[in-house]
Amino acid sequence: MSDCPAIETIGLSKSYGRMEAVRDLTLFVGSNCLTGFLGRNGAGKSTTIKMLLGMVRPTAGYGKVLGRRIDDPAESVEIRRQVAYVSEDKRLYGYMTVEQTIRFTSSFYADWRTDRVAALLRKFELPLDRKVKSLSKGMRTKLALLLALARRPKLLILDEPSEGLDPIGVEQLLECLVAQSSEGTSVFFSSHQIEEVERIADRVCIVERGRLLVDLSMDEIRQSYRQIDLVFPFEPRELEFNLMGVESVRTEGCQLRVFSSGNTDGIVERARAYHASSIEVAPVGLREVFLGTVREKSDALV
Amino acid sequence: MIFPKLASTSGAPLYLQLMQRIRHAAESGALQDGDQLPSIRALAEELVVSPNTVAKAYSELEHEGLLDLRQGSGAFVTLSRRARSFMDHVDRARERVSELVDALRAEGLRDDEIRRVFEAELLRAAPARKR
Repeated sequence: MSDCPAIETIGLSKSYGRMEAVRDLTLFVGSNCLTGFLGRNGAGKSTTIKMLLGMVRPTAGYGKVLGRRIDDPAESVEIRRQVAYVSEDKRLYGYMTVEQTIRFTSSFYADWRTDRVAALLRKFELPLDRKVKSLSKGMRTKLALLLALARRPKLLILDEPSEGLDPIGVEQLLECLVAQSSEGTSVFFSSHQIEEVERIADRVCIVERGRLLVDLSMDEIRQSYRQIDLVFPFEPRELEFNLMGVESVRTEGCQLRVFSSGNTDGIVERARAYHASSIEVAPVGLREVFLGTVREKSDALV
Repeated sequence: MIFPKLASTSGAPLYLQLMQRIRHAAESGALQDGDQLPSIRALAEELVVSPNTVAKAYSELEHEGLLDLRQGSGAFVTLSRRARSFMDHVDRARERVSELVDALRAEGLRDDEIRRVFEAELLRAAPARKR
């Protein structure tokens, strides 16, 4: 449990030829938090994670994990010692059995916990003597999770950890992440399953086309983000709603929908001044925030 | 005590929802003076929410005087005289609101209309009171 941030990057970039996978990414992930990392396919999530772990060399920019520089070879080794990582492709040796894989992996780490392995084996119901290549996709994911959770890492990074898991597996995964977090491990996980992020995350970062669009606490989203549906006795196309907190405005006939990130009172007041005949304020979920910001801003980023 | 799941898209931060549940449990008698609540870790796992959510709810409730957090041994319900009088106050308020709602219904207003009137009134009064 240290006070330095789990992850911080400034202007981190990676290009493959002319394709910019990550552009000028400035990210700050606090310690002792569960942070969700969202973005569309190809938004740059996996490339970012691989740069943090020294598996991909940044084209530009600067980054630190647990206070250590990602571009310094010696410090990068130390990072990998303190970070547990579940990769997107859950790469494992197919010719080994589950038991052999566990024994093989345990030999690399001083912080290995045998009691934890036993508990996770029971929870995940993994068959010890099966070859990895004959495991189902969900079982492979569970094995990869077990190998990461069996340690006592300061930071746990997971790239699409729920891929291939059935609903019970997803629930077990979330329980594991919560339990790991309560032991003081910072957790940083990417996912396409917005509901999972919404349930357990303290903070959420959304990237699009290699850039950070949103970095908010879930409390802020729940407290401040609103959808405000207005009805006017006339067509409101010309009305001025360029107020603080307004993220987007859509009109259809006499209806006007405002997607706001705050200042609900101010927007409602303006609507009243325009003689709105109906004002309805509803909270929005992370899904709407994701769709709203990614759709709204992705065109502007081209 | 059995904790209901929290609503992840309700527009209220999860720690506030959890505080509300615990307060309600204390008001309704499901939690008694001196009862122990689960550890942060146990409750976080049970509700499948971030431990920070539980920690924040517990510490805010400690500020309110409803919980006593003892290092290492957990969270205990403390229905102090002040907390009890606050709950009596809330109870009396509920009775008055319930009479008012009954009266408005008797006058023919629908529930969603009544709700809108309440919400509009709170919204109107809120900015001035908050500051």
